[in-house]
Amino acid sequence: MNWNEKYETLPREDLKELQLERLKQTIERSFHDVEHYKKVMQDKGMEPGDISSLDDLSKLPFTTKEDLRDNYPYGMFAVHLSEIVRIHSSSGTTGKPTVVGYTRNDLNTWAELMARSLACGGAGREDVIQNSYGYGLFTGGLGVHYGAERLGASVIPTSGGNTKRQIMIMKDYGTTVLTCTPSYALFMAEVMQEMGIDPKTDLKLKSGIFGAEPWSENMRKEIERKLDISAHDIYGLSEIIGPGVAIECEEKRGLHIFEDHFIPEIINPETGETLPIGEVGELVFTSLTKEALPMIRYRTRDISRLIEEECSCGRTHIRMERVSGRSDDMLIIRGVNVFPSQVESVLLDIGETEPHYKLIVDRIGTLDTLEIQVEVSEALFSDEVRRLEQLEEKIRKEIDTVLGISAKITLVEPKTIERSEGKAKRVFDKRKY
Amino acid sequence: MKIKQISIFLENKQGRLAAVTKLLAEEGVNIRALSIADTSDFGILRLIVNEPDKAYEVLKEQGFTVSMTEVIGVAMSDEPGGLAGVMEILEKRQVNIEYLYAFVGSAYEDALVIFRVENIDDAIKVLQEKGINILKGEEIYAL
Ligand SMILES: [Zn+2]
Repeated sequence: MNWNEKYETLPREDLKELQLERLKQTIERSFHDVEHYKKVMQDKGMEPGDISSLDDLSKLPFTTKEDLRDNYPYGMFAVHLSEIVRIHSSSGTTGKPTVVGYTRNDLNTWAELMARSLACGGAGREDVIQNSYGYGLFTGGLGVHYGAERLGASVIPTSGGNTKRQIMIMKDYGTTVLTCTPSYALFMAEVMQEMGIDPKTDLKLKSGIFGAEPWSENMRKEIERKLDISAHDIYGLSEIIGPGVAIECEEKRGLHIFEDHFIPEIINPETGETLPIGEVGELVFTSLTKEALPMIRYRTRDISRLIEEECSCGRTHIRMERVSGRSDDMLIIRGVNVFPSQVESVLLDIGETEPHYKLIVDRIGTLDTLEIQVEVSEALFSDEVRRLEQLEEKIRKEIDTVLGISAKITLVEPKTIERSEGKAKRVFDKRKY
Repeated sequence: MKIKQISIFLENKQGRLAAVTKLLAEEGVNIRALSIADTSDFGILRLIVNEPDKAYEVLKEQGFTVSMTEVIGVAMSDEPGGLAGVMEILEKRQVNIEYLYAFVGSAYEDALVIFRVENIDDAIKVLQEKGINILKGEEIYAL
């Protein structure tokens, strides 16, 4: 279902016209109201008037997380604090946190985009949405919350954690739509099994909208099978607005980016060069309507690809492929670029594995080593050593084919790999530089 | 004629075997026979216990990867050649033996050996034809 029929199906020509008009306004405002943007544009000898077509966007400098940190906390805001009605921030685990602000209009836009996303993922007024994204500084919880209210659905703000109680609520309150991270959805499915709850007969769940971490097609299938739902990928990041930047429609072939509010680009993460549509690279976004924190060519570090072909759902907005990795989480092992998500797909493609794994990178002498620990599920377990050894060998060969490097595969007992109720930590790089 | 055997996946590190035996002891499950097959990384612990269903549930609940398989328990005269005789019968009839292990510390006068074979029904038939004494599950659990 389309929440906003007019804008979600706007003919592409009209969409481009709208984008250009909004882009010009954004550049104008950013130049005059944000010291940082003025400086970096002037350093390149540019002024707002130089942007007269959408193609001119690629002449502008990138904005990075570093820029946000350097201007910590409010330096990138384009409005006075009196206009700001909400502040979110990252946890700052890898340095200074990044702070994002919203005006009343920004919150309005965000709720609209989240309402569109939820509708696209199969939710409507009649639905009971259980929102298990964390409420707080993280944008996931409140972002989904206000979108669900805008949609007119009944939202249960369970936030993350206390899984058994979550499942009880799901059962007793008749939850029909679940929103959380995909790994938490799988974790819930496991706990349900332990509690003896069968989603097919005991729950009314029909769809789930999952995001905030990369996941694979096979993980989708597993979630859909275990929870008996339709699972949709949602994309967003707080620097751009939060969840609700892009969402998967019923086709599930890429996520529609709300192009009336954002312009996506794909760049080569090494050179910064803009790549033609269809090529794989790093996603870059420019906001078109944000007041508090306009973002010009923000480097997301997420690896994806844009899909231009028309979609059968009728939405005219371009799609992005599900994020396949991070240009900064990328591990370089023996000179080969490795994304944890690649390892995940291999394990899932083998089909016999629960997607619980851990990558341990180390260095012996001058040689990098990769060990992949894989939990042995009941489905995978054989009571014969030979069969388990064959399984290890099969995984090792597949990894070798896909990544181009050899890895040591270790089968481990279930639940030995830390489960998280938020993002799963799967990579342990022990190398010392 | 078939005996329920519990198999448990264990990482090859200290304390894992003890964790299983302690858990079963606490639950009042008695181990009748035990064998471990291992590699440098992992091991498979195979158990014959007095209450296989209970053991399975208890282990599963505690998060172990566990499976239940069917095996044959054969009583043979405790003298040289006893085991060889049984092996020969199975081999002649092309019954594939996956593994076998001896039953420990029983008051039983004969030697007891647990066989895991590819096709358990065939194996039972073959051994019975030759008059080999195959023990019933209840007999084994109650030893
Ligand atoms: Zn579509």
